[in-house]
Amino acid sequence: MPEVKSVPPALEISGLTKSFGDTLAVNSVDLVVPRGSLFGLVGPNGAGKTTTLSMATGLLRPDSGTVSVHGVDVWTHLVESKRRIGVLTDGVRLFDRLTGLQLVTYAGLLSGMERAVVAERAADLLELFDLEAASGTLVVDYSAGMTKKIALACALIHAPEVLVLDEPFESVDPVSGANIRNILHGFVESGGTVIVSSHAMDLVQRMCDHVAVIADGRVLASGTTDEVRGSSTLEDRFVELVGGRRHGKGPEWLRIS
Amino acid sequence: MVAHLVRLRFRLLANALSRSPWQAVAVILGTMYGLFMLVLAVAGLFTLSFASDTAGRTVVVLGGAALIVGWTVLPLLSSGIDETVDPAKLATIPIPINTLILALAVSGVLGVPGIITTLATLATSLVWWQTPLIGVVAVFCGTIGALTCIVGSRMLAALTVQVFSGRRAREAKAVFILIPLILLGPAILGVSSLFRELSTVLPAIAEAIAWTPLGAIWAVPGDLALGNPGAAALHAVIGVGTLAGSTLVWRLALDRALERPATSTSVGSAQRGLGWFRVFPGTPTGAVAARALTYWFRDPRYALSLISVPLVPALVFFYTGASGDLTGLLFVGPVVAVLLGMSIYTDVSYDNTAFSLHLQTAVSGRADRWGRVIAVSVFAAPTTIALAVASVWASGSWDRLVGLLGVSLGLLLTGLALSSLVSGRFAFSVPTPGDNPLKSRPGGGFTLMLSMFASWTVLAVLTLPEMLLALIGFATDSAFLGWLALGTGLILGSALLIVGVRVGGALLENRGPEMLVQLQRQK
Repeated sequence: MPEVKSVPPALEISGLTKSFGDTLAVNSVDLVVPRGSLFGLVGPNGAGKTTTLSMATGLLRPDSGTVSVHGVDVWTHLVESKRRIGVLTDGVRLFDRLTGLQLVTYAGLLSGMERAVVAERAADLLELFDLEAASGTLVVDYSAGMTKKIALACALIHAPEVLVLDEPFESVDPVSGANIRNILHGFVESGGTVIVSSHAMDLVQRMCDHVAVIADGRVLASGTTDEVRGSSTLEDRFVELVGGRRHGKGPEWLRIS
Repeated sequence: MVAHLVRLRFRLLANALSRSPWQAVAVILGTMYGLFMLVLAVAGLFTLSFASDTAGRTVVVLGGAALIVGWTVLPLLSSGIDETVDPAKLATIPIPINTLILALAVSGVLGVPGIITTLATLATSLVWWQTPLIGVVAVFCGTIGALTCIVGSRMLAALTVQVFSGRRAREAKAVFILIPLILLGPAILGVSSLFRELSTVLPAIAEAIAWTPLGAIWAVPGDLALGNPGAAALHAVIGVGTLAGSTLVWRLALDRALERPATSTSVGSAQRGLGWFRVFPGTPTGAVAARALTYWFRDPRYALSLISVPLVPALVFFYTGASGDLTGLLFVGPVVAVLLGMSIYTDVSYDNTAFSLHLQTAVSGRADRWGRVIAVSVFAAPTTIALAVASVWASGSWDRLVGLLGVSLGLLLTGLALSSLVSGRFAFSVPTPGDNPLKSRPGGGFTLMLSMFASWTVLAVLTLPEMLLALIGFATDSAFLGWLALGTGLILGSALLIVGVRVGGALLENRGPEMLVQLQRQK
């Protein structure tokens, strides 16, 4: 792909490594996410997905390796690169004593945006995610799915070029999930890039045009979704790559009759 | 099964300790403190054996009753001394209720406070060592007393789980319960001075308490020593009945709690608009200030520090002013200034991982620091000034106002400077958002306490200039030195605040990711 050479990719990770104590969480990961792609990152629990994404978005300092977003090195130009990235982090708290509207406004103002722009976009986002009715409710009283949606709104308010979403569909109801997918597709069509991590193979296969399989801190396969899955489904290919599939019906005592 | 659950308790404790060496240190220190108290108690009880039987009985009854009150009331305040084995978490596992009761009681006894309490209650037999038979009775009664302590605490904890299950109720409880807790000090002071005056009445008080569930069991050996076997039998019945009754109530409450596990009910009242976000300027600094100020009123952890402010004058008055000399009230301004200045000491730790939003949006460290300082200053500065003026007015020493303002504002500014610096660098183990604000992880507060003491020392040194000027001014009745103290306090304090914010902001910016890792560990 010659155009990738001339225009820097949306996200380029090379040799990214991170260890916590004796555990090597991410082991020399290389990834290229082309611009305008909807990129799926799949892997079993503890594969290093969240760690990789945290390092890629400037939230966790890598031991070694480089990350660049649109050709800008993330760890040497933190502010500039963070302006281009929208992040949904899995497993962190929100400032949940704010109302939904206040939280989104807060995220916008922190990014250094004008108050009028923030107000307009916050209203748009709340409408987009169907949270208008709950805009005055404290986020702490939101359901899990609503919390996910308000966090996503926070990630979008500064109009990033690259969206990095860690488990965006977890505990989101089917209707909201479909809405979020529509929003992401629209974002990609307009030239943005989306990177999602997920356990839901079906979803990734249907939704993403590119995919990378990561396990034990290493990238096992990466490319377009069709390349990676070949003739089988993504789920079967994933299990084949990662291993660990057990055959049989479980121990005898667990079978009722 | 009982042994299994008890083992689980120790496994959980050991795992928690191996994660944090400081926590282990704190648990060891706590144990040493407990042992020290135990030695004191044993020595005291032994000495008591040489006093009259009535004296021995009075002390044992009053002390024992206080012990039971302490055991049952304290966990109420701190949401359970020992939550390592949380019954709610066992709800899905089919354990017979009686087994669970026994396991929880045993694991309660086998904790550090449980062991020390048990040993102390057994030591009541030392009072009667000269008549070994009564000593043996005292061992039995002590065991029952210790069990009553533990079962009583479990019972109240299980009962209150039901009452305080909603988020708002829980938070309200935590905040409002603090007031009596803080006033406990002066109350004890008052009661003990009352005791000194009424020491002749003490045996009568003990006699009355001995007929309540709190004191009955402790009175039995004393009754025997005084030759009242009838009273002893009655007291024993009341004591054993108390233990049996509380076990029964505990069992009922636990049964109910397991059937209907406490879930956080969402009762959100909607509110319109942006609140403080509309008031502050639409900049990152203004946004942080608006967020922080919102939290000051909405997060019970902050509300706790707010509540202690009006209590300071009350406490100072109680300790110093009750005698009629009101000059002691002059301390109120500086004390509140220190409290408020250091109140943002754990601000980033209070954010917990929500702080990652600040990292994601690449907000500058300086904007983060200033925002938090501005939010607290909005009420801290007027409060400090008002209290200083009020204390001068109450004590009628207007000539000291200027110097006092210098010291108070100097302390406030310098305290804010230190807080901004330290909270930009260190994450402390504090109650997480939504937790009971009074809850402390075993040993979690130790590092915080150490660093607080260090910071207080630094604060004292840094504010030495204005304090000296003001004090010399007070001593020499020099108005000029007072004004000099005010000027020094304001200028030096502001300069320090700017330095603290800049250095703290730079630290936060450079070490943001490391800070987030630390915060994630607190989760």
